[in-house]
Amino acid sequence: MKLTREEQSMLDGKDGKARQKAMQLLVRYGEALGAERLVATDNVAGVPGSSNAFLQRYYHLHGGGGYDAIFSLFDLDSDEIVEVPKASAHTCHLQGGFDPDNWQLLGASPESFRISQESEAFIAARGVQILKTCAPYLAGNVPKRGDHCAWMESSAVVYCNSVIGARTNTEGRESTSAAMLTGRIPDWGFHRADNRRGTHRIDVDVEIESVMDWGMLGYFCGEVVGERIPVLTGQFTADLIRHKHFGAAAASSGGVEMYHIVGVTPEAPSLEAAFGGLRPVEVVKYGLEEKRRTYDNLNSKASDTDVDYVMLGCPHYSLEQIQGAVALLEGRRVSPNTQLWVFTSRAVKAVADAQGLSRRLRDCGAVLVTDTCSSIAQAVPPGTKVAALDSAKQTHYLPAIMNIQAWFGSTQDCIDAAVTGRWNGVRP
Amino acid sequence: MSVKTFSLTGRKVVGGVAEGEALVTRQTISGWGGINPTLGTITETRHELRGVSFKGKILVFPGAKGSSGWSAMFHMTRLSGASPKAMLFTEMTTKVALGAVVMRIPSMTDFDRNPLELIETGDWVRVDADRGIVDVRKATRPPGS
Repeated sequence: MKLTREEQSMLDGKDGKARQKAMQLLVRYGEALGAERLVATDNVAGVPGSSNAFLQRYYHLHGGGGYDAIFSLFDLDSDEIVEVPKASAHTCHLQGGFDPDNWQLLGASPESFRISQESEAFIAARGVQILKTCAPYLAGNVPKRGDHCAWMESSAVVYCNSVIGARTNTEGRESTSAAMLTGRIPDWGFHRADNRRGTHRIDVDVEIESVMDWGMLGYFCGEVVGERIPVLTGQFTADLIRHKHFGAAAASSGGVEMYHIVGVTPEAPSLEAAFGGLRPVEVVKYGLEEKRRTYDNLNSKASDTDVDYVMLGCPHYSLEQIQGAVALLEGRRVSPNTQLWVFTSRAVKAVADAQGLSRRLRDCGAVLVTDTCSSIAQAVPPGTKVAALDSAKQTHYLPAIMNIQAWFGSTQDCIDAAVTGRWNGVRP
Repeated sequence: MSVKTFSLTGRKVVGGVAEGEALVTRQTISGWGGINPTLGTITETRHELRGVSFKGKILVFPGAKGSSGWSAMFHMTRLSGASPKAMLFTEMTTKVALGAVVMRIPSMTDFDRNPLELIETGDWVRVDADRGIVDVRKATRPPGS
């Protein structure tokens, strides 16, 4: 790889041991990718230094524990423990595993909560913004078009590339922590214009309106294109929330990191622009049949209609979505046999508190939870056998992680299930 | 009976030499939410290798999919001693590249011929990532299998 003078100086250790280790990791990673150079970034979203019981135990035995040890040995994959300096690039922490106000509800042990609080304090002292959300673009981190970013969290990555038109690959924990200390990331993949062109055309020939419709369409697209770039044609518009659910679903069933919607997303003013001179490798129709098949696919992991748990907020709910859930619950109460947890970020919850939304949810028997989700925290109410979800992404992951059944449907279907304790979802 | 052997050439992703039994899938693998990092087993509900462990195997697969937690989960397989011995994959992504780097196992891609078509589970594979060569000895299988 060709390094600039500044990068070479970091690699030579002139900017301290930690930056040297970070640069060594980026060079190994860049060479693995086949990248020729690094690119400067000032917007990093990762999970630097975050710890869990496994890492605590392991590094207690190998390296003596402590947060410098976890950051050095795991985040930077270094063989030597170095002192971790302040971040060089603007960096935010994505979702974590614990809500500081509801960790007991989520079944966390005092010990694991203490570990999470300590690692949060460690990283906050290094200048990292504690956003603790999978949707940083709803909590104060909104890049502008063309910015080079180094983001983790597949649903945020696909949003960053497709809706904002900023540029990031799906980075990992180690690469984002290295980027935090160096302000660099391999110049590969989505950082380069040629790699942002569409590969598959999806002709949408059925009504796509609700958030649920967009989630199913995303899930279908991910299954069709895998890691490639779908270009959607059809008559529809989508707001931020619909993009959020579409992208999250496409990044779960497949590895979609970027999509174009002709006439909607910034790099697709026309079909020609979206493909940038490439011919689609495949043209696929999404009609009523495909929509129904996707619905059945998502619902293939459930059979019992008694619902123990309803989870909303994957990716983290926006303020509008919390308002929507409150409106659907108004004048009703969550069934004594069911629990309803709604997940969001601390920033959005602060506003929901101010608006009285958190209290209204509580009055109806629901809980507004921050920082995490059921899949990340591996937390569902005790005894949960059947869940109901309005997120195709969460439906993809949660049954495998928690060994439970999960129904997928609209937010209305889910709220109704929370109130009645029964699944009565409507097939499209 | 002659033992069938052949070689593939490709590009080094992470250097080193390793040999062992192949575990082959034509399906991409999720890291976070798709594997158990202490056992090396695939846990994704609809995966053809669900319940099968890649620990100590030469993992031959198209590549990574899903969450950005891929590298961290596979990184943990290294700490648990449950990582594959080597990886051969056909689709380069940031997830699989970073995962290969932090697992520190010989890894290759960009092959002259498709390893997913030529290598089967059970074949004996020697990966020399430094030289960019994969040697394969086909497993002897009972007739009709």
